[in-house]
Amino acid sequence: MSVNIQKSFQYPFKNRRINHSPVFARGQKRFVIFTFAVSLIIILPILSLIVLALGGDGESFAHIVKNVLPRAGPTTIILLVETGALAALAGFIGAWLVSFYEFPGRRVFSWALMLPMAVPTYLAAYGFVEFFSFTGPVQTLIRQLGGYTSMREYWFFDIRSPTGAAIVLSLVLYPYVYMAVRTVFHFQGARMVESARSTGAGRARVLFRILMPMARPAIVLGVTLALMEAINDIGAMEYLGVETLTFSVFSIWLNQDDMAGAAQLALFLLIVVFVLIRLERWARQNRQFYDSSTNSLSSRYRREQLDGWQGLLATTFTALPVLLGFGIPFYIMAGYAWDYLDQGFDPDLLNALFTSFAFASIAGLVTVLLALVMAYSVRVSRSPGVALLVRLASIGYAIPGTIVALGIFLPLAMFDNFFDGLMRQGFGISTGLLITGSGATMILAYVVRFMAMGEGSLENGMQKISPRIDMASRSLGKTSSQTLRLVLLPILKPVMATAFLLVFIDSLKELSATITLRPFGINTLSTYIYDYASRSRVEEIGLASLIVMAAGIIPVILIMRTMLDRRG
Amino acid sequence: MSGLKPLKKFDAVLAVCGFAVATTLGLQIARAGEEVNIYSYRQAELIAPLLEKFTAQSGIRTNVLFLKKGLVDRVKAEGVNSPVDVILTVDIGRLANAKSSGVTQSVDSKEIDANIPSEYRDPTGHWFGVTTRARVIFAAKDRVAQDSITYEELADPKWKGRICTRSGQHSYNIGLFASMIAHHGEQYTEKWLRGVKANLARKPQGNDRGQAKAIFAGECDLGIGNTYYVGKMLTNEKKPEQKQWAAAIKILFPNVDGRGSHVNISGMAMARYAPNADNARSLMEFLSSGAAQEIYAEQVFEYPVKPGTRMSDLVRGFGRLKSDRLSLQTIAENRKAASRLVDKVAYNDGPTS
Repeated sequence: MSVNIQKSFQYPFKNRRINHSPVFARGQKRFVIFTFAVSLIIILPILSLIVLALGGDGESFAHIVKNVLPRAGPTTIILLVETGALAALAGFIGAWLVSFYEFPGRRVFSWALMLPMAVPTYLAAYGFVEFFSFTGPVQTLIRQLGGYTSMREYWFFDIRSPTGAAIVLSLVLYPYVYMAVRTVFHFQGARMVESARSTGAGRARVLFRILMPMARPAIVLGVTLALMEAINDIGAMEYLGVETLTFSVFSIWLNQDDMAGAAQLALFLLIVVFVLIRLERWARQNRQFYDSSTNSLSSRYRREQLDGWQGLLATTFTALPVLLGFGIPFYIMAGYAWDYLDQGFDPDLLNALFTSFAFASIAGLVTVLLALVMAYSVRVSRSPGVALLVRLASIGYAIPGTIVALGIFLPLAMFDNFFDGLMRQGFGISTGLLITGSGATMILAYVVRFMAMGEGSLENGMQKISPRIDMASRSLGKTSSQTLRLVLLPILKPVMATAFLLVFIDSLKELSATITLRPFGINTLSTYIYDYASRSRVEEIGLASLIVMAAGIIPVILIMRTMLDRRG
Repeated sequence: MSGLKPLKKFDAVLAVCGFAVATTLGLQIARAGEEVNIYSYRQAELIAPLLEKFTAQSGIRTNVLFLKKGLVDRVKAEGVNSPVDVILTVDIGRLANAKSSGVTQSVDSKEIDANIPSEYRDPTGHWFGVTTRARVIFAAKDRVAQDSITYEELADPKWKGRICTRSGQHSYNIGLFASMIAHHGEQYTEKWLRGVKANLARKPQGNDRGQAKAIFAGECDLGIGNTYYVGKMLTNEKKPEQKQWAAAIKILFPNVDGRGSHVNISGMAMARYAPNADNARSLMEFLSSGAAQEIYAEQVFEYPVKPGTRMSDLVRGFGRLKSDRLSLQTIAENRKAASRLVDKVAYNDGPTS
């Protein structure tokens, strides 16, 4: 049944003849040129990687194939598969229960399920290890109950394993899935469920035959984001002792002084990611919906009441991810903050907070605006070349932050020095490190890393707007930029707000690129935390960690509001 | 009707971005006066007491940027315009890498050469060690009877299921494994590393403190770690439970009856294009001086390189250190082979596979 509905909403742009429609030809060139230029800047790190990889002699390649891939490869696959499955499960179940059922705590959990998003993976890893370690509360309780004194007397699962890492990562990354699925259900689910129910379909039938297929593209979108973050992670993986391919990229680069070999492995990883993204596209194709009705969200929809054990079960399933993903890191960090309360508030921390907010806001704005134009040029040009370029531009999320940082820094520093040389020769003045000496590279790194959020959101948002709206505007004599500004922009506002907040949160949490690129005198919250954590004095970062999480919570709540308040 | 509104917002956005760029540029320009710029792998706060004293003595302001992976690559890319004067780092691998990447310059100072013994500095003056750090064995006080040990012995099956270490790819372990290659060759070291791996109690994980904690927890009887971590744990007033971890272990200095224990260094180098070379030189001379060396010894529990510097009582309590005289350059040269061996024997997979 759902399939029929989807077919009737087929994307008319699939019809290639529309490509040559004069309505779309006028004025679109500017957008394509702009997109081309922006994409080139954004894929700069990838180009750098290719250049570096080509510098190798192939000697390290043999070592990689023989000793690295056979071990790190399977570890990476296990990590990705388990993280993806767990994130999909937690995100989908949460969204499903919260959207269609009424049970104790539903209101609170509907936004609390987003909370773990505010926890950086490195803090989550740290919190989990502490919580489940020998001296943590869980094992202490076990020892007290069992009368044990040594770890050898009982079995306890090891969080420092690929599966343990997958659990930790999925618990802070599932909100991507939850958010995407929740939106789909919110705008399309209610009517579908109502009509299905009216034909007498049972709960299970509705779930498996309607809701799951409907949510599939959203699940895949959320899982893709989660997996890209899992694949680029180095901080949490190092801490958890899980040797992924990214871990190997770093040991080849730093311990074997082999930049080329590291670049080759990193490129290989990127190809894998690109395949992942193609899969996501494939899952989405032929499944576009237009939000044709104006009030698809119905506050009138009456959620089915779950009582007794069913209600309890629903509460448990929605509470669990929140308690684990947010509760555990919060508990550990709050404990530290409490222990160190007497040290008072470090003024540097306030400074770092301000810097973090400034940089994250600018990065969010720039990313969303660029993404808007890029998504629009894909819409108007319908050129596969432009689409591919834009797709490449959003792959930065899968590259480890340090590599992105170097990929940006190396060519830009080259430019700086070149320009400086010119100015010295021509005018006798030195411009120094014009770009790389400023915080601009940090912004650029955030834009590169988190373009996936901006571009993905905007493209999704645009696909939900029927092209007939463009056609109407264009046939009334508006140019393509006027159409974008006057017609699409107002409709897309909530989508842009969501994208901004996503990029904002991630920039706030970003560590590896920040630490490599920052100029003298600039400290963000995450570099502040790292400064302490790397001294193995993590206990002193309680307060800073709580601030990072708190700073992430506000945008998280805002996201839920803008997402669900949206009226077509 | 509201045609202008979005445009205005866009202007506002542009203004905000412009302002941000301007302020960061302004920050750059505002720095002036006598100063020295430091890129450091060492955390700002660790070196803060040293730098404060330096500024008080010389009137030269210090700017520290704490970096991690990619420090050398960054300096290299910055080229002639690099603002950095002095590079501070731990591990000989990074110092040697800085030299071979061409981002350092030779410093010829009688004062530094008099303070730092020749085995702890580059013969051409491109880098200098300021402290040495001994990689030793932590042993469970109540479960390990012997009071001496060798690195070679760690591969002995009698330790099966009893050894804990951090990741084999960590630079401290790479340094140790590289010294094994230098002494015994690659073939022996591979066999040895397989032996150690087979003796592991768990997958390599955590930091050096974590190994002491694991001994305290009863998970293992031997751990590999640097001595100063024990000093840090013993003096940790905020987390008194770490005192318990440190109390559960005794320090065994390996190979005291033979070549001595493996030591690595923390060190300094002058950047090739140092804009404040004279100030950089003053700072480096200061760091090698008795005054600075004592601060190192007292506050970070490492071994000062300047002979005759008073060591902290706590460090002296660990026992006598006899250092392996193997040249640090040789260790640096064997790091790549060591790192590949770790991959080859799948050391980080732990004991099971």
